Amino acid sequence: MIDVRNIYKTFLVPHRVEALVDVSTAIAPGEVVVVIGPSGSGKSTFLRCLNRLEHADAGHILIDGIDVLDPKTDINKVRAEVGMVFQSFNLFPHKTVLQNVTLAQTVVRRRPKAEAHDRAMALLTKVGLPDKVNVYPDQLSGGQQQRVAIARALAMNPKVMLFDEPTSALDPEMIGEVLEVMKTLAREGMTMVVVTHEMGFAREVADRVIFMDAGAIVEVGTPEHFFKNPTHDRTKLFLSQIL
Amino acid sequence: MGPSPTVRRVRRPQSYYIGAGIFFLMLAAVTGFIYYSTLKIDYVWRWYRVPQYFLYHETIEKRAEINGTVQRISREAETITVVVSGDDGTESYTSPAADIRVSEGDVIYSGDVLTIHKKWKAGILVQGMWMTLKVSVIAIIFGIVIGLFTGLARLSDNPALKWSAVTYIELIRGSPLLVQIFIWYFAFGTLFNTLIAKNEGLQNILRGLLGSTQIVQIPPLWFGVAALAFFTGAYVAEMVRAGIQSIHRGQTEAARSLGMTYAQGMVHVILPQALRRVIPPLAGQFISLIKDSSLLGIIAIRELTKATREVVTTSFQPFELWTICALLYLFLTFTLSMALQYVERRTITS
Repeated sequence: MIDVRNIYKTFLVPHRVEALVDVSTAIAPGEVVVVIGPSGSGKSTFLRCLNRLEHADAGHILIDGIDVLDPKTDINKVRAEVGMVFQSFNLFPHKTVLQNVTLAQTVVRRRPKAEAHDRAMALLTKVGLPDKVNVYPDQLSGGQQQRVAIARALAMNPKVMLFDEPTSALDPEMIGEVLEVMKTLAREGMTMVVVTHEMGFAREVADRVIFMDAGAIVEVGTPEHFFKNPTHDRTKLFLSQIL
Repeated sequence: MGPSPTVRRVRRPQSYYIGAGIFFLMLAAVTGFIYYSTLKIDYVWRWYRVPQYFLYHETIEKRAEINGTVQRISREAETITVVVSGDDGTESYTSPAADIRVSEGDVIYSGDVLTIHKKWKAGILVQGMWMTLKVSVIAIIFGIVIGLFTGLARLSDNPALKWSAVTYIELIRGSPLLVQIFIWYFAFGTLFNTLIAKNEGLQNILRGLLGSTQIVQIPPLWFGVAALAFFTGAYVAEMVRAGIQSIHRGQTEAARSLGMTYAQGMVHVILPQALRRVIPPLAGQFISLIKDSSLLGIIAIRELTKATREVVTTSFQPFELWTICALLYLFLTFTLSMALQYVERRTITS
């Protein structure tokens, strides 16, 4: 599904940071991969490289066999197949909840209005917001906004969903409702890459956990391996700090 | 929780009323002082002369074009027709209900007055204001289009686009509008019109389009409009750029992550938000444009200021007329400002 081979990314502005150093991994269809690590470890950069919101400096990223980093690749076609959910939701504030979910369907997928509308209604019902379709995002709570954002990404029928710290900007009492939606997705067999600090989610849902530090993958394993007997000292230190 | 609290009138402190009183006293004092000074120089105020420059009753005389005799005068409900027949044939002259100066059988000569009637016409100040409005509206529309594309080009990574936009913006913002108007009219105007006049093929096409037999030239109006539009466009471009940059980067990322192209993201996500944000500064720019159109009088466009100047030289009533002129500009700018506030309020609630 996703094949990452030896990618590097260095930021020069505002100062030189080696965000990714020789990162390689493969993600199988239907797999849920959780990426954890301290701040600045490069986990968000890794996720954003997958749909080229950040352009990796070297290496190869193959999604369904298409090379994301090849200049000849139509990146918009790739992105239409890869849904993304952001930490700060990034809903379109000038559009209603329903329009947020239908916009890309009509513009990118060129679906007829009625079909886009039906798909949006079905997804908004699925995330538990069928009564909020005609309000504007600023009238919703953070948790509701994030659920709309998930529906917006799902509306494109993506093959993969990327989650970039989807619960970090939420008040504690709203984290649960968003994680619930994500768990449902995972159970339905969606391929997911999730950057998060929610260890409970990782333990319960993940097929595989990737621990990153200083731009490199330090340890990869199943949740049991990870939380019961991590091998690396850096992983042990991190887990002891957060658990 | 009981009845909703009643809105209580805020009791203002006494100093508020004293301040208001001082304001009106000062206003009266300034007006009185100006009036008193004009009396000292024996200025005679003739406000009654002003309305004729807004609307006047024009006298129209209908004259015969051939020699002959009046054969028949027929009256209908609203019109009068005078039929004159002579050696060169028969002609009939129709005019609205009017004062008839001939009777049937009269011998008349070419140029004799047949009927006189009166008609209401817009005065020179109204004509001038109409011209100001026309020039401003056209320049605003072109200014928005130029500004939008220049603003986008300014943000482009392509040096051809970006540097062109920067050069254009800096040239326009760094030189006086008056000089730009002179350049548009005396330099570009001469250039274009001479080229057009020399090009036979183009002349033929233009004549065909306009149904004209003379040499077709671009009238000064369009050079004036171009000067104002390009001037405004440079400022609008900077506002558009600032508006786009003020939209959070996450909006672009969300749009692009859904597979939208740069253009789709701009059209559906970024520009609607950015343009809404720049309505207030745009309103200020358009108000400036209406006022700046007063400079166009120097290239023979008879807008409000030039019209007023013409009336002043014939009527010798500068105090009344320049006051009226200022008030008419205020009327135009205030109306525009209200209209844009309405648009702003509507777009924010929707």
